[in-house]
Amino acid sequence: QPSYKMPSHQLLLQLMKRPSQLLQASRGLSAAAAGGTRTVTLIPGDGIGPEISNSVKKIFAAAKVPIAWDEVDVTPVKGPDGQFRIPQKAIDSVNKHGIGLKGPLATPVGKGHRSLNLALRKEFNLYANVRPCRSLEGYPTPYKNVDLVTIRENTEGEYSGIEHIIVDGVVQSIKLITETASRRVAKFAFEFALREGRRKVTAVHKANIMRLSDGLFLKCCREEAHKHPGVEFAEAYLDTVCLNMVQDPTQFDVLVMPNLYGDILSDLCAGLVGGLGVTPSGNIGESGAIFESVHGTAPDIAGKDLANPTALLLSGVMMLRHMQLGEFADRIEKACLDSIGDGRARTKDLGGGATCSQFTDTICSRVA
Amino acid sequence: PSLMHLLLPVRHRFLAALSSLPWRRHLCSSISSRSTATTTADDDLEHWLEHAPAPGAELRGILTAAKYGGQHRVSMIPGSGIGPELMAVVKQTLLAARAHVDFEELQTSAEGAVTPEEMRRIVMSIQRNGVALKGNLESLEASTDFISIGGAAAKNAQLRAKLGLFAYVQRCKSIEGLPTRHRDIDILVVRQNTEGEYNQLEHFNVDGVVESLKVVTEARCRQIAEFAFQTAIKTRRKKVTAVHKANIMKLSDGLFLDVCRQVAQSYPDIEFNDMIVDNCCMQLTSRPQQFDLMLLPNLYGNIVGNIAAGLVGGAGVASGMNVGSRCAVFECGVRVSGQAMRGRDLANPCGLLLASADMLEYLGEAADARRVRMAVLAALAGGVRTRDLGGSAGTNEVTAAIVDWLQQNSA
Repeated sequence: QPSYKMPSHQLLLQLMKRPSQLLQASRGLSAAAAGGTRTVTLIPGDGIGPEISNSVKKIFAAAKVPIAWDEVDVTPVKGPDGQFRIPQKAIDSVNKHGIGLKGPLATPVGKGHRSLNLALRKEFNLYANVRPCRSLEGYPTPYKNVDLVTIRENTEGEYSGIEHIIVDGVVQSIKLITETASRRVAKFAFEFALREGRRKVTAVHKANIMRLSDGLFLKCCREEAHKHPGVEFAEAYLDTVCLNMVQDPTQFDVLVMPNLYGDILSDLCAGLVGGLGVTPSGNIGESGAIFESVHGTAPDIAGKDLANPTALLLSGVMMLRHMQLGEFADRIEKACLDSIGDGRARTKDLGGGATCSQFTDTICSRVA
Repeated sequence: PSLMHLLLPVRHRFLAALSSLPWRRHLCSSISSRSTATTTADDDLEHWLEHAPAPGAELRGILTAAKYGGQHRVSMIPGSGIGPELMAVVKQTLLAARAHVDFEELQTSAEGAVTPEEMRRIVMSIQRNGVALKGNLESLEASTDFISIGGAAAKNAQLRAKLGLFAYVQRCKSIEGLPTRHRDIDILVVRQNTEGEYNQLEHFNVDGVVESLKVVTEARCRQIAEFAFQTAIKTRRKKVTAVHKANIMKLSDGLFLDVCRQVAQSYPDIEFNDMIVDNCCMQLTSRPQQFDLMLLPNLYGNIVGNIAAGLVGGAGVASGMNVGSRCAVFECGVRVSGQAMRGRDLANPCGLLLASADMLEYLGEAADARRVRMAVLAALAGGVRTRDLGGSAGTNEVTAAIVDWLQQNSA
């Protein structure tokens, strides 16, 4: 047994390494946060990323959130072996702090770069993508009173990237489903539902056709449902969910599904409430969590003070809830939604006339 | 040369005789009638029926029209769930419409567990008759252990594979008077029907790890792309949108996209664009009017088809046709078995009736098809709707309204 006292960041790392105790760890950390400031990695990103990150920092400062930001750049650098990698500084930062907030990243064009989002996901083993979709009061769409959460398995499934050309003109793509990953995301879905006070978890699948793969996923969901009797469980075919989603989205609560279906359904639900510009997203992993905005980098409006920071801000709110700083989360969210509801304060993409800074200032004044 | 001079008149007489054969004459007349059809935007029903017409008789394989004693012979497979009661509605309606159709009914065992012998008989019947009207063949219970039945083929998919029904065509058009959030939608969804994710090639790699193969072939992609563009020409559509996920599945969806682009070059008069499937779904909820004909692989076609059907009113008003080179099978656009609604007078027959109207059109009975469609639309416009469309009528009441209209408006 070492006789020295372990430095606090190493203690954090030890805590983070035990995934089953992640919830307890974050509770322990919030006790620490009650006394001190928590540091969070901030990845501003490209295009409009820096401006909206600045907005979020400003709003958090105005709300006096006890968070310090550690800004890093994840643009790939060439390693000693010639391979492009995320800079070690960024990896160390997220590992140390365990929580990150990320703006939009440009898809790298050219050889030698892997998709950065994919690299981040693999690096921190982010296995669940959580996307809450709630109707914004004050920004009405044809769909009213939407309040659902899509939880998508983030590591395997159709996006394993295993494809072969069998013979000329015949291509095979492999969808991989493992019991470990399915069980992990199902467990997370039920724990999330219990923590957030949600009534019902629906597993979305196509097991009538893909009997072994989606059948395995479904089996894991059913087993986790038995272990969490406090939450109602239902199963639904993907096509039926799509059909019902565009007719009456209020019937859905929490949806859990494999990778491809989750990708499509989460974007469908985002479209119901107003698009990617107002949708938050969180990636939960065993050794950390990264919250991000899922819109593009919008290079055409970058630097012109026209961007809408809502998506990144609401992702930040999700992050605060994850860190047990719910009181701050509620205040900032309310300020943001009220500002959107006030027609004059909205940014251009939501039909208003305000600039990014004006919108930010409005929220700051509401939250202080 | 002298021999040729002798033979030429024979050849002319032969060709003249050919053109007088009933099927050839019929085909010529139906094509020419379509090209002179006018569209009148004033009358909503006329607009619905004439503008961008559904693919009809031109798609029929000439050699497989089974017609005995002036009556077309059509295989009818009620299947399970609400299939049997809706098929009874179809028979009643077509009787009232005085359509020249005889149905050859093929029953399956209770609860839709289709035995190999029954499947063989169904396939043989459809190959013989060339046209079929179908319900959902099997409906798996909610608590099925899917892994234990993993080896068995999904019966509906198996039927499509055996009959070579390579295309699924689904027409999603806004119906006036229905409580939907969007207006003026007219999307034709053309979906590859046999390969891709639906091959059911799965295995356990090791315990707890499953590999599922999605196979995409250039031949099938080319076939569906050609079919889509040909259908676009026949239905006077201006734009084809290919939907894919080639940014992630670079080889498989990449192959599909490349082939679609190549085929598009042979049709310079038709606008072609492509869209990633998740963006497409988002666009469908915000601005569905931008889509005209959509060309998709199997799984995305399933998703987008259901979204489009939901946008225009739901499972109750969508109709679909499975098309092969030698036969066609018509069914409800959205393949739901409706187990929960069975026997409770709740099911909406409009989808299957519109499918039977498409079937009549395919058989060349355009006038009968039109009357059945007008009857269905009249009932919907008159407020006689089932619960899924916001009304309070039961299946029987809707059927009665449609039958009454047909009897009062006999040709």
